[in-house]
Amino acid sequence: MNLTLKVWRQSGPNSAGTLTEYAATDVSPEMSFLEMLDVVNERLIEQGEVPIAFDHDCREGICGSCGMMINGVAHGPMKATATCQLHMRSFTDGDTVVIEPWRARAFPVIKDLVVDRGALDRIIQAGGYISVSTGGAKDGNTIPIPKTDADSSMDAAACIGCGACVAACPNASASLFTGAKISHLGLLPQGQPERYRRALRMVAQMDLESFGGCTLFGECQEACPKEISIDVISRMNRDYMFAAVSAVDEPVGGADG
Amino acid sequence: MWLLTLYRSTIGKKVIMAVTGLMMVGFVIAHMIGNLQIFIGPSRINAYSAFLKSTGELLWVARLGLLTALALHVLMAVQLTRVTWAARPVGYAKRDPQVSTVASRSMRWGGVVLLAFIVFHILHFTTGNVFPMASSPDVMRPGFSHTDVYGNVISAFRVPWVVAAYVVAMLFLLLHLFHGAWSSVRTLGLTKPSPHPRERRIATVIALVVWLGFTAVPVAVFLGVVR
Amino acid sequence: MTVDLKSRVPGGPLAEKWDKHKFDIKLVNPANKRKYSVIVVGSGLAGASAAATFSELGYNVSCYCYQDSPRRAHSIAAQGGINAAKNYQNDGDSIQRLFYDTIKGGDFRAREANVFRLAQISVNIIDQCVAQGVPFAREYGGLLANRSFGGAQVSRTFYARGQTGQQLLLGAYQALEKEIAKGGVKMYPRAEMLDLIVVNGRARGIVVRDEVTGTVEPHLADAVVLATGGYGNVFYLSTNAKGCNTTAIWRSYKRGAAFANPCYTQIHPTCIPVAGDYQSKLTLMSESLRNDGRVWVPKRREDVGKAPGDIPEDERDYYLERKYPSFGNLSPRDIASRAAKEACDDGRGVGPGARGVYLDFADAIKRLGEDKIRERYGNLFEMYERITDENPYKVPMRIYPAVHYTMGGLWVDYNLMSTIPGLHVAGEANFSDHGANRLGASALMQGLADGYFVLPYTIGDYLASNKLEPVTRETPEVKAAVADVKTRTDRLLGVKGKRTVASFHRELGKIMWEYCGMARDAAGLTKAIELIPALREEFWRDVSVPGSGAELNQTLEHAGRVADFLELGELMCRDALHREESCGGHFRTEYQTSDGEALRNDETFAYVAAWEYAGEGTTPVLNKEPLVFENIKLSQRSYK
Ligand SMILES: Cc1cc2nc3c(=O)[nH]c(=O)nc-3n(C[C@H](O)[C@H](O)[C@H](O)COP(=O)(O)OP(=O)(O)OC[C@H]3O[C@@H](n4cnc5c(N)ncnc54)[C@H](O)[C@@H]3O)c2cc1C
Ligand code: HEM
Ligand code: HEM
Ligand code: SF4
Ligand code: F3S
Ligand code: FES
Repeated sequence: MNLTLKVWRQSGPNSAGTLTEYAATDVSPEMSFLEMLDVVNERLIEQGEVPIAFDHDCREGICGSCGMMINGVAHGPMKATATCQLHMRSFTDGDTVVIEPWRARAFPVIKDLVVDRGALDRIIQAGGYISVSTGGAKDGNTIPIPKTDADSSMDAAACIGCGACVAACPNASASLFTGAKISHLGLLPQGQPERYRRALRMVAQMDLESFGGCTLFGECQEACPKEISIDVISRMNRDYMFAAVSAVDEPVGGADG
Repeated sequence: MWLLTLYRSTIGKKVIMAVTGLMMVGFVIAHMIGNLQIFIGPSRINAYSAFLKSTGELLWVARLGLLTALALHVLMAVQLTRVTWAARPVGYAKRDPQVSTVASRSMRWGGVVLLAFIVFHILHFTTGNVFPMASSPDVMRPGFSHTDVYGNVISAFRVPWVVAAYVVAMLFLLLHLFHGAWSSVRTLGLTKPSPHPRERRIATVIALVVWLGFTAVPVAVFLGVVR
Repeated sequence: MTVDLKSRVPGGPLAEKWDKHKFDIKLVNPANKRKYSVIVVGSGLAGASAAATFSELGYNVSCYCYQDSPRRAHSIAAQGGINAAKNYQNDGDSIQRLFYDTIKGGDFRAREANVFRLAQISVNIIDQCVAQGVPFAREYGGLLANRSFGGAQVSRTFYARGQTGQQLLLGAYQALEKEIAKGGVKMYPRAEMLDLIVVNGRARGIVVRDEVTGTVEPHLADAVVLATGGYGNVFYLSTNAKGCNTTAIWRSYKRGAAFANPCYTQIHPTCIPVAGDYQSKLTLMSESLRNDGRVWVPKRREDVGKAPGDIPEDERDYYLERKYPSFGNLSPRDIASRAAKEACDDGRGVGPGARGVYLDFADAIKRLGEDKIRERYGNLFEMYERITDENPYKVPMRIYPAVHYTMGGLWVDYNLMSTIPGLHVAGEANFSDHGANRLGASALMQGLADGYFVLPYTIGDYLASNKLEPVTRETPEVKAAVADVKTRTDRLLGVKGKRTVASFHRELGKIMWEYCGMARDAAGLTKAIELIPALREEFWRDVSVPGSGAELNQTLEHAGRVADFLELGELMCRDALHREESCGGHFRTEYQTSDGEALRNDETFAYVAAWEYAGEGTTPVLNKEPLVFENIKLSQRSYK
């Protein structure tokens, strides 16, 4: 099949970008979306042009590198599927496909479809961990964990850090990402000691990174390749309120504070 | 201080919004029930209004409470909206919302409409400073009176554009509550994880009932059901 | 000069070696630790765990990865699980048994002492990960669950759904971020190591290109750790991530680090077959599927075109069950892979290009019901359907072997130090522990063992026992290394030829798969050793790399990696050619038993082949580390 692509091209962080039109000819429905872009890029290179830059690595929907806005939908039309796992059979001959990078003040464009998602790492730095040093851990079976808790913790832990929730959210909020980590750790007994401190600091960092607030649009949950539920946001708010009210932490200054 | 921590964070602001919002939800429900007494007759509703006014200080306490709630609610709304608009300086050329509702997307401007309505509404029915009358000769009624709420309502809703204004305003209230009454409980984290949350259904019912209850009055008066 | 391959394995009985060693080695006192700086290249299981632990100990750490975040290292893709000799199932597992299974699985080509240490440490790894909040699968009683894996007869594999690697990596990543926040680790994402800096024979730093700005700079330290993963992408198509590369270890090899057993590659039996020539990578279907799936092909060539449903039971050849009655569909990877290849070579392959075999769940669904199967493999079945658009609950899966893991890597001693003093190598990047074939669920174990529990001791020993002279950006060796990298980058950009980097990579992959893949022979390998240099020459004459070096340039990054693969490929073929025996992942068709099993030659080849770079154009020097087995008697591997 043949498609018309409208791709955001931007040569550098500070340069202006535009939507540029490309023809993607004889595309096979068996191709993945990224393989389709590979083919387009190889043709560009053969013509000595600079290929379209986009992040990708595992191409198995697990590393969270890939991600683009495809016809106004984060990760494209297929539900619970990262861009690299999207296949061209989801499109029909003659379609026009608009491809844009994640858009958010916290995700500055580096080039074309490549954005800087460092803000998500800094949110984890602020408290998305359990403070245990290597060695001296007790036997793994000393604390039994109810299967249901382990399972719902795993549901939240499945987040691949792709940033689609931010991209899809009309407010550019990182609530689903942050809520997912707070829930993953907060649902486990090991996570209890730092539970409220964690909520305070991660939320503070999220705000520092200038993400928007959550108004329960629910778009993030729909875009999330791991189908993380907005229930994690309620949990985050609950933990945060409790933490703020019981003032469990020294002054909150985000990652470094 | 914890209030400050809350006030400083987006979640905290949103929480304030939810609490004040829910207070106002409570008020509109009560207010709607109060209004429906119109259908029982003049004596009843006037007595009710008289009773309210007789409570004196108490009434003022309630009024002040509501006013602060509204003020906080609007203040937070404005602050959060500015944060959010700053969070995406460059928008998308193509956007295809998947699940967000008209209600959720109209919260901000709908809120502004509600604010305008409330101001107008108080000048209209409480102070009477703004009280348009139907000019047609067949209706022989006095203007605004501080004692005759019933009369006020009847005369007020003889005026087509006033009725229209109220009906439209109530549509915005419907939308605002449809999303707000649900999102507020989630904001406060008062929900159990579930694919079909109960609070969603409850909110829908509240929104519809409040909408019907309020809209019934102007419409009924205009159609002459109540005269 | 030939390098010295002192394995530094401590004396004493096997079971006490590691404890004894930990006591004997030198320690750095806490006050001095922060005076030392360590570079960790790689943020996978091995790199992240090492960097975090070094920082906890007080060292000054800097860590590098080519992805935009350390959390995306390819360890994230591991599905099946991680082994540990916990014996929670009380099914007769023990450190001794894990040790034995690993040595046997590796076809007796691994170093006993390292493997035993690995088995010992495996137990601590699980405890450490649980403490970090890794949500391992649990029984209803709240205790840790286990599953069984190929090549073992006990259930010792711990898992977190089909995302074990992801969860373990997130654990290590979170520990890393915790240390970054504390200031103990400086993280450099989107940074690629392009060369090693060696001063006075010691590794003292790396040359790094910032992928965003394109600036090339030296980063100096007292010791360097490489945890840069495997080089399976030399085959172009593999289950590795697109960015996986050999650059870090290959550059180090060219600076004097010996490269051990480059030809040992693991071909994973259960991957989704190639669908077309645009194919960019292959997707693994977890080995655990073989617990319930039955592998078969039609008995008669004529039937391959038919729909599987139309082929009656007695017309099907369940070849694994036929050939290996006791292990059947669970026989080790190398054996299962080769059997699939034989079936296809025999013209009985199914699907596009006739390069596939059926993995059939019909019986399991009949026996256990669809729900049970969905509960066990739901996410894998979905992934399969997403990619192939076929519903595995209805029609059998099509699978085919694909390159998955490289047992070879830089040679390291018992302290995980390469032949360049100060250069340590961990995880898939080193050659240790897995011999000629890796058992499922053992790589995650090794990566974390190296990073959490081995390097933190041995690096201290190195730092404490060596006086290091100051090194600055002005040191001649440093300037030279930086200059080398810059000229190389300019050369790549300067060619301005016609062919795309990918086309070269694909062609190299075809050569490697054809002649140095699942089955190898002298003729083919000799041919490859002629073809590869020719392709390399064409690459440097006709490759096209648009754009500049002073910006994000993914083509340039790829070009650099392919250039190194073009050199590594040749060494792999040389190694495969010289090893005139079959063992584990290395199968030489000339050396097989009457019934087609790998035929080892322990008299001549019970050694580690450590190749030493001898300069451009000269054939590398072969050094041998003899493998002595004091605790295990070598035997013909049999899974019949
Ligand atoms: C699909 C798949 C499934 C698997 N399943 C299992 C399993 O179930 N059980 C199991 O035990 N093993 C499994 N394995 C094997 C196992 O995942 C890997 O061997 C192991 O994770 C390797 O970890 P590592 O830390 O050594 O390297 P990696 O995790 O690959 O990390 C490499 C790191 O080095 C960095 N890097 C590489 N080159 C450079 C450079 N030049 N400059 C700077 N940084 C660089 C990368 O950015 C990355 O951070 C699987 C492998 C694959 C591919
Ligand atoms: C069609 C719908 C409505 C009708 C017919 C109506 C009618 C009235 C009347 C008659 C009064 C005067 C009561 C008295 O003086 O005793 C009043 C007061 C008031 N109404 Fe409404 N109302 C409507 C909708 C609303 C809505 C939607 C809101 C808020 C969102 C609202 C907020 C108020 C407030 C704040 C007062 C002043 C109460 C006080 O302080 O005395 N009303 N309304
Ligand atoms: C008067 C002007 C008003 C403005 C400007 C306004 C604005 C807003 C905004 C912007 C939101 C956030 C959207 C969201 O969180 O989903 C909101 C939420 C809400 N509003 Fe209003 N609103 C107003 C009046 C009202 C009134 C009269 C009520 C009740 C009758 C109300 C009830 C709510 C509730 C319950 C929420 C949900 C809060 C949450 O989700 O946490 N608002 N409002
Ligand atoms: S929550 Fe979902 S969408 Fe957001 S980063 Fe994690 S995986 Fe991506
Ligand atoms: S879409 Fe945005 S508004 Fe909240 S529910 Fe999701 S973060
Ligand atoms: S490339 Fe790894 S998730 Fe898509």
